[in-house]
Amino acid sequence: MEIVFQRPKALSDVSSHYCPGCTHGIIHRLVAEVLDELDLTGKTVGVAPVGCAVLAYNYFECDMAQAAHGRAPAVATGLKRANPANIVFTYQGDGDLAAIGTAETVHAAARGENITIIFVNNAIYGMTGGQMAPTTIPGQITQTSPYGRDPKYAGFPLKICETLSTIDGTAYAERVSVDSVKNVINAKKAIKKAFEYQIAGKGFTIVEVLSTCSTNWGLEPVEALTWLRENLIPYYPLGVYKDKEVF
Amino acid sequence: MAEKVLMKGNEAIAEAAIMAGCRHFFGYPITPQTEVAAYMAKRMPKIGGTYLQAESEIAAINMVYGASSAGVRAMTSSSSPGISLKSEGLSYMAGSDLPAVLVNIQRGGPGLGGIRPSQSDYFQATRSSGHGDFHMIVLAPNNVQEMFDLTIEAFELADQYRMTAMILGDGMLGQVMEPVDISRGEAASNVTKDWALTGTKGQRKRNVINSLYLEAEELEMLNLKRFEKYAEVEKIARTDNYLTEDAEVIIVAYGICARIARNAINEARKKGIKAGLIRPVTLWPFPKNQLKAAAEKAKAFVVVEMSMGQMIQDVELSIRCSRPVHLCSRTGGMVPTPEAVLEAIENAAQAERS
Ligand SMILES: Cc1ncc(C[n+]2csc(CCOP(=O)(O)OP(=O)(O)O)c2C)c(N)n1
Ligand code: SF4
Repeated sequence: MEIVFQRPKALSDVSSHYCPGCTHGIIHRLVAEVLDELDLTGKTVGVAPVGCAVLAYNYFECDMAQAAHGRAPAVATGLKRANPANIVFTYQGDGDLAAIGTAETVHAAARGENITIIFVNNAIYGMTGGQMAPTTIPGQITQTSPYGRDPKYAGFPLKICETLSTIDGTAYAERVSVDSVKNVINAKKAIKKAFEYQIAGKGFTIVEVLSTCSTNWGLEPVEALTWLRENLIPYYPLGVYKDKEVF
Repeated sequence: MAEKVLMKGNEAIAEAAIMAGCRHFFGYPITPQTEVAAYMAKRMPKIGGTYLQAESEIAAINMVYGASSAGVRAMTSSSSPGISLKSEGLSYMAGSDLPAVLVNIQRGGPGLGGIRPSQSDYFQATRSSGHGDFHMIVLAPNNVQEMFDLTIEAFELADQYRMTAMILGDGMLGQVMEPVDISRGEAASNVTKDWALTGTKGQRKRNVINSLYLEAEELEMLNLKRFEKYAEVEKIARTDNYLTEDAEVIIVAYGICARIARNAINEARKKGIKAGLIRPVTLWPFPKNQLKAAAEKAKAFVVVEMSMGQMIQDVELSIRCSRPVHLCSRTGGMVPTPEAVLEAIENAAQAERS
């Protein structure tokens, strides 16, 4: 019998800790499929963040390091500089990457550090119970913006792909989403391209993936996908923001 | 054959690191340790190494974390305010049992403080270099030759015990120039790092570098195991003694203060006071046993340090307060004079007689 669908080899055969319906699981799968397809698992080192993906080191069949909150791009820099033949990626949430780790992220990009960042933007701090993130959109209710984020008071959200695309060292920055089959397929293409750019030594690559947090958004998984589509995508338009091949 | 080169203390550290096989240095500028970074920036590209100027001390120590995870010898260097920023990374490295060498060429504090020499980071180095239950090895050179020798030793010890090792100097030692015998530099020892993240190459199970343990029992077990290792490390505790055999007043001092103390001891001896020096070379582990043994013969101790009195606590603990311990200290970047130390010795001797 022909096998048409199976678990990617780069993904461990364990059950994950993510909430039911959380799209972190889809994004893990996409990264693992790409590692399989490019035959990278044996030469890859991943860096897990602090946040819901802190246990990512349990799920990928490659060598993994766990970094302090926000420091993954610096840890990845050390790993890559020590062994440039390795493929190095970080997997980070928006609190991790766009708040406490902004400096590490911006400067890894500025150095054109030849690493790949998988940036999971769910517009909220998931793990600590749903506080406002730098990416929380205006009006969005969270535990620490109980009346909805008011930019006059709490400032504006950070648009990471837009920001990083202005930096010379960024080779590739694309924003994708995993709210629909079509978008999932696109997301995988972007992730694959980012790893291919790293293999080619082009420099810093980042794929921002709009993701759900049904638990802290207080929505059923399917409603969460709809909320993402109707609220996050208009604020964070999908698309390629930087491509050294194109520009 | 002995090959003597005139070097600044900071440069000796950098050269020794290179001789020890360190090819990855991550830094951020701060006075008075900048020569370490400058030396590395000059040499590393020529020998196929990495000198990377990070965007902050936080990034630098995390780059060290990454490089060390990959199994290479890595290093960072800073001075007091920068070391405070590195404490997060140091704690994560301890929790992940990663080896690396860290240099602190201390300046006065707290806060931005000053840029003149100090020893006021003793507590931070030996007690609280980050959150959680852990220690790092702390070595205290007192001349440029030792800055060279102890740096090489720091890499060896770090690898041997999978711990971070710190060279704790001060602004004066960093800047002073002295001849150094660099032929003592040894080739890097070959500790196997089968835990390193080098890619599985499909040949082994994945390696994970991690400090997260959500099960309290598991974390406690790991902490207990780590402290069993620390008990082993206690054996490396050592001192350098001067005229202690018959000493009634024992000076305890490290780094530049120990050199000043020697002059004062010579003067005291001329005046008929039997003074001697115990200089801890390892600040962690602290040479407790050596001090305890000295307390059996000596009548009084004088601790000389450039802080409001930090190492004095270790001295009192080591001898269980069985002898009077006096403090002779300057702070803020001031260096004690031999005259002040002599006076402290005389006062301690006087107090014993009366
Ligand atoms: C230095 C530090 N500060 C705060 C925390 C607590 N903390 C854990 S996860 C987290 C937020 C993570 O949110 P995000 O990066 O958006 O990832 P998500 O959980 O949403 O996937 C915070 C603040 C920490 N572990 N370390
Ligand atoms: S808290 Fe949110 S982001 Fe975290 S696993 Fe649950 S749904 Fe996913």
